[in-house]
Amino acid sequence: MADTVVFWIAAPISVASAIAVVLARRAVHAALFLIANLFTLAVLFLVLGSEFLFVVQIIVYAGAIMVLFLFVIMLLGVDQEVSLREQLQGQRLVAALLGLGLLAEVVVAVRLGVGLQRTPLPDFAAVNKGGNVQALAHVLFNQYFLPFEVTSVLLIVAAIGAMLHGRRRMDEEETIDREQAVL
Amino acid sequence: MRTPISFFLLLSGMLFTVGTVGVLIRKNALIIFMSIELQLNAVNLALVTFSRQNGNLTGQVLTFFSMVVAAAEVVVGLAIIVSLYRKRRSIDVDDARMLRW
Repeated sequence: MADTVVFWIAAPISVASAIAVVLARRAVHAALFLIANLFTLAVLFLVLGSEFLFVVQIIVYAGAIMVLFLFVIMLLGVDQEVSLREQLQGQRLVAALLGLGLLAEVVVAVRLGVGLQRTPLPDFAAVNKGGNVQALAHVLFNQYFLPFEVTSVLLIVAAIGAMLHGRRRMDEEETIDREQAVL
Repeated sequence: MRTPISFFLLLSGMLFTVGTVGVLIRKNALIIFMSIELQLNAVNLALVTFSRQNGNLTGQVLTFFSMVVAAAEVVVGLAIIVSLYRKRRSIDVDDARMLRW
Protein backbone atom coordinates (compact mmCIF):
# COMPACT_ATOMS: atom_id res chain seq x y z
CA MET A 1 0.00 0.00 0.00
CA ALA A 2 2.76 2.40 0.97
CA ASP A 3 4.54 1.91 -2.35
CA THR A 4 1.39 2.93 -4.26
CA VAL A 5 1.19 6.20 -2.30
CA VAL A 6 4.88 6.93 -2.85
CA PHE A 7 4.60 6.10 -6.53
CA TRP A 8 1.63 8.40 -7.06
CA ILE A 9 3.46 11.21 -5.29
CA ALA A 10 6.80 10.73 -7.05
CA ALA A 11 5.57 9.94 -10.56
CA PRO A 12 3.62 13.19 -11.25
CA ILE A 13 6.49 15.28 -9.84
CA SER A 14 8.88 13.32 -12.01
CA VAL A 15 6.92 13.89 -15.24
CA ALA A 16 6.18 17.55 -14.41
CA SER A 17 9.81 18.35 -13.65
CA ALA A 18 10.92 16.54 -16.83
CA ILE A 19 8.54 18.68 -18.89
CA ALA A 20 9.80 21.76 -17.03
CA VAL A 21 13.39 20.86 -17.99
CA VAL A 22 12.43 20.82 -21.65
CA LEU A 23 10.36 24.01 -21.52
CA ALA A 24 12.60 26.09 -19.23
CA ARG A 25 13.81 29.34 -20.74
CA ARG A 26 17.06 29.50 -18.80
CA ALA A 27 19.58 26.72 -18.48
CA VAL A 28 19.84 27.23 -14.70
CA HIS A 29 16.13 26.60 -14.23
CA ALA A 30 16.36 23.51 -16.40
CA ALA A 31 19.23 22.24 -14.25
CA LEU A 32 17.26 22.79 -11.03
CA PHE A 33 14.21 20.97 -12.44
CA LEU A 34 16.49 18.16 -13.55
CA ILE A 35 17.74 17.80 -9.98
CA ALA A 36 14.10 17.46 -8.81
CA ASN A 37 13.56 14.82 -11.47
CA LEU A 38 16.65 12.87 -10.39
CA PHE A 39 15.49 12.92 -6.76
CA THR A 40 12.07 11.50 -7.63
CA LEU A 41 13.76 8.76 -9.65
CA ALA A 42 15.94 7.98 -6.63
CA VAL A 43 12.76 7.59 -4.54
CA LEU A 44 11.32 5.22 -7.15
CA PHE A 45 14.53 3.16 -7.04
CA LEU A 46 13.92 2.81 -3.32
CA VAL A 47 10.35 1.67 -3.95
CA LEU A 48 11.72 -0.97 -6.33
CA GLY A 49 13.94 -2.35 -3.58
CA SER A 50 17.28 -0.99 -4.73
CA GLU A 51 18.76 0.93 -1.82
CA PHE A 52 22.25 1.08 -3.29
CA LEU A 53 21.14 2.76 -6.52
CA PHE A 54 18.98 5.17 -4.48
CA VAL A 55 22.09 6.45 -2.74
CA VAL A 56 24.26 6.35 -5.85
CA GLN A 57 21.63 8.25 -7.82
CA ILE A 58 21.66 11.07 -5.27
CA ILE A 59 25.44 11.18 -4.83
CA VAL A 60 26.50 10.70 -8.45
CA TYR A 61 23.66 12.31 -10.40
CA ALA A 62 22.11 14.94 -8.14
CA GLY A 63 25.51 15.61 -6.56
CA ALA A 64 28.43 15.26 -8.92
CA ILE A 65 26.90 15.49 -12.39
CA MET A 66 24.55 18.37 -11.63
CA VAL A 67 27.32 20.33 -9.92
CA LEU A 68 29.34 19.89 -13.11
CA PHE A 69 26.36 21.17 -15.13
CA LEU A 70 25.95 24.19 -12.85
CA PHE A 71 29.67 24.92 -13.09
CA VAL A 72 29.51 24.98 -16.87
CA ILE A 73 26.38 27.17 -16.80
CA MET A 74 28.23 29.55 -14.49
CA LEU A 75 31.29 29.49 -16.76
CA LEU A 76 29.32 30.23 -19.92
CA GLY A 77 27.05 32.86 -18.37
CA VAL A 78 23.41 32.29 -17.50
CA ASP A 79 22.05 35.07 -19.69
CA GLN A 80 22.53 33.31 -22.98
CA GLU A 81 20.03 34.74 -25.44
CA VAL A 82 17.52 32.09 -26.42
CA SER A 83 16.63 32.43 -30.05
CA LEU A 84 13.06 31.38 -30.66
CA ARG A 85 13.22 31.38 -34.44
CA GLU A 86 12.75 28.02 -36.09
CA GLN A 87 15.57 27.11 -38.41
CA LEU A 88 13.55 24.29 -39.92
CA GLN A 89 9.92 24.93 -40.80
CA GLY A 90 7.56 23.13 -38.42
CA GLN A 91 10.35 21.44 -36.48
CA ARG A 92 8.46 21.62 -33.19
CA LEU A 93 5.26 20.21 -34.63
CA VAL A 94 7.08 17.26 -36.17
CA ALA A 95 9.00 16.73 -32.92
CA ALA A 96 5.75 16.70 -30.91
CA LEU A 97 4.18 14.23 -33.35
CA LEU A 98 7.23 11.97 -33.19
CA GLY A 99 7.08 12.17 -29.38
CA LEU A 100 3.42 11.13 -29.35
CA GLY A 101 4.24 8.27 -31.71
CA LEU A 102 7.06 7.11 -29.45
CA LEU A 103 4.79 7.27 -26.40
CA ALA A 104 2.10 5.24 -28.18
CA GLU A 105 4.71 2.65 -29.15
CA VAL A 106 5.93 2.38 -25.55
CA VAL A 107 2.37 1.94 -24.26
CA VAL A 108 1.70 -0.80 -26.81
CA ALA A 109 5.02 -2.49 -26.04
CA VAL A 110 4.33 -2.48 -22.28
CA ARG A 111 0.79 -3.72 -22.90
CA LEU A 112 2.02 -6.63 -25.02
CA GLY A 113 5.16 -7.39 -23.03
CA VAL A 114 4.18 -7.06 -19.37
CA GLY A 115 0.46 -6.34 -19.37
CA LEU A 116 -1.09 -3.34 -17.70
CA GLN A 117 -2.64 -5.32 -14.83
CA ARG A 118 -0.95 -6.22 -11.60
CA THR A 119 1.05 -9.41 -11.97
CA PRO A 120 2.53 -11.50 -9.15
CA LEU A 121 6.11 -10.49 -8.49
CA PRO A 122 8.96 -12.64 -7.24
CA ASP A 123 10.00 -12.24 -3.64
CA PHE A 124 12.74 -9.64 -3.68
CA ALA A 125 13.63 -10.05 -0.02
CA ALA A 126 15.24 -13.38 -0.89
CA VAL A 127 17.33 -11.75 -3.63
CA ASN A 128 18.39 -8.93 -1.31
CA LYS A 129 19.35 -11.40 1.41
CA GLY A 130 21.87 -9.80 3.75
CA GLY A 131 21.17 -6.35 2.33
CA ASN A 132 20.93 -4.91 -1.16
CA VAL A 133 24.49 -3.54 -1.12
CA GLN A 134 25.97 -6.89 -0.13
CA ALA A 135 23.91 -8.80 -2.71
CA LEU A 136 24.79 -6.32 -5.45
CA ALA A 137 28.49 -6.43 -4.53
CA HIS A 138 28.38 -10.21 -4.70
CA VAL A 139 27.01 -10.13 -8.25
CA LEU A 140 29.25 -7.23 -9.33
CA PHE A 141 32.54 -8.64 -8.07
CA ASN A 142 31.94 -12.21 -9.20
CA GLN A 143 29.92 -12.24 -12.36
CA TYR A 144 30.71 -8.74 -13.68
CA PHE A 145 34.24 -8.22 -12.45
CA LEU A 146 35.86 -7.64 -15.85
CA PRO A 147 33.35 -4.97 -16.96
CA PHE A 148 33.84 -3.30 -13.59
CA GLU A 149 37.59 -3.08 -14.19
CA VAL A 150 37.06 -1.85 -17.75
CA THR A 151 34.99 1.08 -16.47
CA SER A 152 38.11 2.39 -14.71
CA VAL A 153 39.81 2.63 -18.11
CA LEU A 154 36.75 4.44 -19.43
CA LEU A 155 36.85 6.96 -16.59
CA ILE A 156 40.57 7.65 -17.13
CA VAL A 157 40.03 8.14 -20.86
CA ALA A 158 37.10 10.48 -20.12
CA ALA A 159 39.21 12.52 -17.68
CA ILE A 160 42.05 12.85 -20.20
CA GLY A 161 39.59 13.73 -22.97
CA ALA A 162 37.97 16.43 -20.83
CA MET A 163 41.38 17.88 -20.02
CA LEU A 164 42.34 17.96 -23.71
CA HIS A 165 39.08 19.69 -24.68
CA GLY A 166 39.13 22.13 -21.79
CA ARG A 167 42.73 23.16 -22.37
CA ARG A 168 43.12 26.60 -23.89
CA ARG A 169 45.54 26.70 -26.81
CA MET A 170 47.91 29.60 -27.27
CA ASP A 171 46.48 30.90 -30.55
CA GLU A 172 42.93 30.68 -29.19
CA GLU A 173 43.92 32.65 -26.13
CA GLU A 174 45.08 35.49 -28.34
CA THR A 175 41.84 35.70 -30.28
CA ILE A 176 39.79 35.70 -27.08
CA ASP A 177 41.92 38.49 -25.63
CA ARG A 178 41.46 40.51 -28.79
CA GLU A 179 37.69 40.04 -28.66
CA GLN A 180 37.63 41.15 -25.08
CA ALA A 181 39.72 44.22 -25.99
CA VAL A 182 37.10 45.14 -28.63
CA LEU A 183 34.30 44.73 -26.12
CA MET B 1 4.44 -4.37 -3.70
CA ARG B 2 0.97 -3.48 -4.84
CA THR B 3 1.80 -1.06 -7.65
CA PRO B 4 1.61 -2.82 -11.05
CA ILE B 5 5.07 -3.16 -12.57
CA SER B 6 3.76 -1.69 -15.82
CA PHE B 7 3.22 1.71 -14.15
CA PHE B 8 6.94 2.07 -13.66
CA LEU B 9 7.59 1.12 -17.28
CA LEU B 10 4.98 3.59 -18.52
CA LEU B 11 6.54 6.33 -16.37
CA SER B 12 9.93 5.42 -17.79
CA GLY B 13 8.49 5.63 -21.31
CA MET B 14 6.97 9.04 -20.59
CA LEU B 15 10.25 10.42 -19.26
CA PHE B 16 12.10 9.03 -22.27
CA THR B 17 9.58 10.66 -24.61
CA VAL B 18 9.91 14.02 -22.86
CA GLY B 19 13.68 13.75 -23.16
CA THR B 20 13.47 12.87 -26.84
CA VAL B 21 11.18 15.81 -27.58
CA GLY B 22 13.58 18.04 -25.66
CA VAL B 23 16.51 16.92 -27.79
CA LEU B 24 14.45 17.58 -30.92
CA ILE B 25 13.05 21.03 -30.12
CA ARG B 26 15.71 22.83 -28.07
CA LYS B 27 18.59 24.89 -29.51
CA ASN B 28 20.60 25.42 -26.33
CA ALA B 29 23.34 22.77 -26.26
CA LEU B 30 23.23 22.55 -22.46
CA ILE B 31 19.49 21.88 -22.37
CA ILE B 32 19.83 19.31 -25.14
CA PHE B 33 22.43 17.65 -22.95
CA MET B 34 20.09 17.70 -19.94
CA SER B 35 17.39 16.10 -22.09
CA ILE B 36 19.84 13.32 -22.92
CA GLU B 37 20.32 12.87 -19.17
CA LEU B 38 16.54 12.55 -18.84
CA GLN B 39 16.56 9.79 -21.44
CA LEU B 40 19.40 7.97 -19.70
CA ASN B 41 17.56 8.15 -16.39
CA ALA B 42 14.35 6.89 -17.94
CA VAL B 43 16.22 3.84 -19.21
CA ASN B 44 17.78 3.35 -15.77
CA LEU B 45 14.31 3.30 -14.23
CA ALA B 46 13.21 0.68 -16.76
CA LEU B 47 16.27 -1.46 -15.96
CA VAL B 48 15.66 -1.32 -12.22
CA THR B 49 12.00 -2.17 -12.84
CA PHE B 50 12.97 -5.21 -14.89
CA SER B 51 15.35 -6.22 -12.14
CA ARG B 52 12.42 -6.14 -9.71
CA GLN B 53 10.19 -8.02 -12.10
CA ASN B 54 12.65 -10.81 -12.83
CA GLY B 55 13.79 -11.14 -9.23
CA ASN B 56 17.51 -10.86 -9.91
CA LEU B 57 20.08 -8.10 -9.62
CA THR B 58 21.38 -8.02 -13.21
CA GLY B 59 19.30 -4.97 -14.07
CA GLN B 60 20.66 -3.08 -11.11
CA VAL B 61 24.25 -3.95 -12.07
CA LEU B 62 23.55 -2.70 -15.58
CA THR B 63 22.08 0.52 -14.15
CA PHE B 64 25.26 0.94 -12.11
CA PHE B 65 27.36 0.64 -15.27
CA SER B 66 25.06 2.98 -17.16
CA MET B 67 25.58 5.58 -14.41
CA VAL B 68 29.36 5.24 -14.75
CA VAL B 69 29.13 5.66 -18.52
CA ALA B 70 26.78 8.64 -18.06
CA ALA B 71 29.29 10.30 -15.73
CA ALA B 72 32.08 9.87 -18.30
CA GLU B 73 29.77 11.07 -21.06
CA VAL B 74 28.80 14.21 -19.12
CA VAL B 75 32.45 15.09 -18.47
CA VAL B 76 33.45 14.82 -22.12
CA GLY B 77 30.23 16.39 -23.42
CA LEU B 78 30.49 19.44 -21.17
CA ALA B 79 34.16 19.87 -22.14
CA ILE B 80 33.09 19.83 -25.80
CA ILE B 81 30.36 22.43 -25.08
CA VAL B 82 32.90 24.65 -23.29
CA SER B 83 35.37 24.47 -26.18
CA LEU B 84 32.52 25.11 -28.63
CA TYR B 85 31.62 28.22 -26.63
CA ARG B 86 35.25 29.35 -26.73
CA LYS B 87 35.27 29.09 -30.51
CA ARG B 88 31.83 30.47 -31.39
CA ARG B 89 30.88 32.57 -28.33
CA SER B 90 27.53 30.77 -28.39
CA ILE B 91 26.10 27.43 -27.31
CA ASP B 92 23.22 27.60 -29.79
CA VAL B 93 23.48 24.41 -31.81
CA ASP B 94 22.39 26.28 -34.95
CA ASP B 95 25.63 28.27 -34.75
CA ALA B 96 27.76 25.16 -34.66
CA ARG B 97 28.19 24.39 -38.34
CA MET B 98 31.91 24.07 -38.70
CA LEU B 99 31.53 20.53 -40.00
CA ARG B 100 28.75 21.39 -42.44
CA TRP B 101 29.64 21.85 -46.09
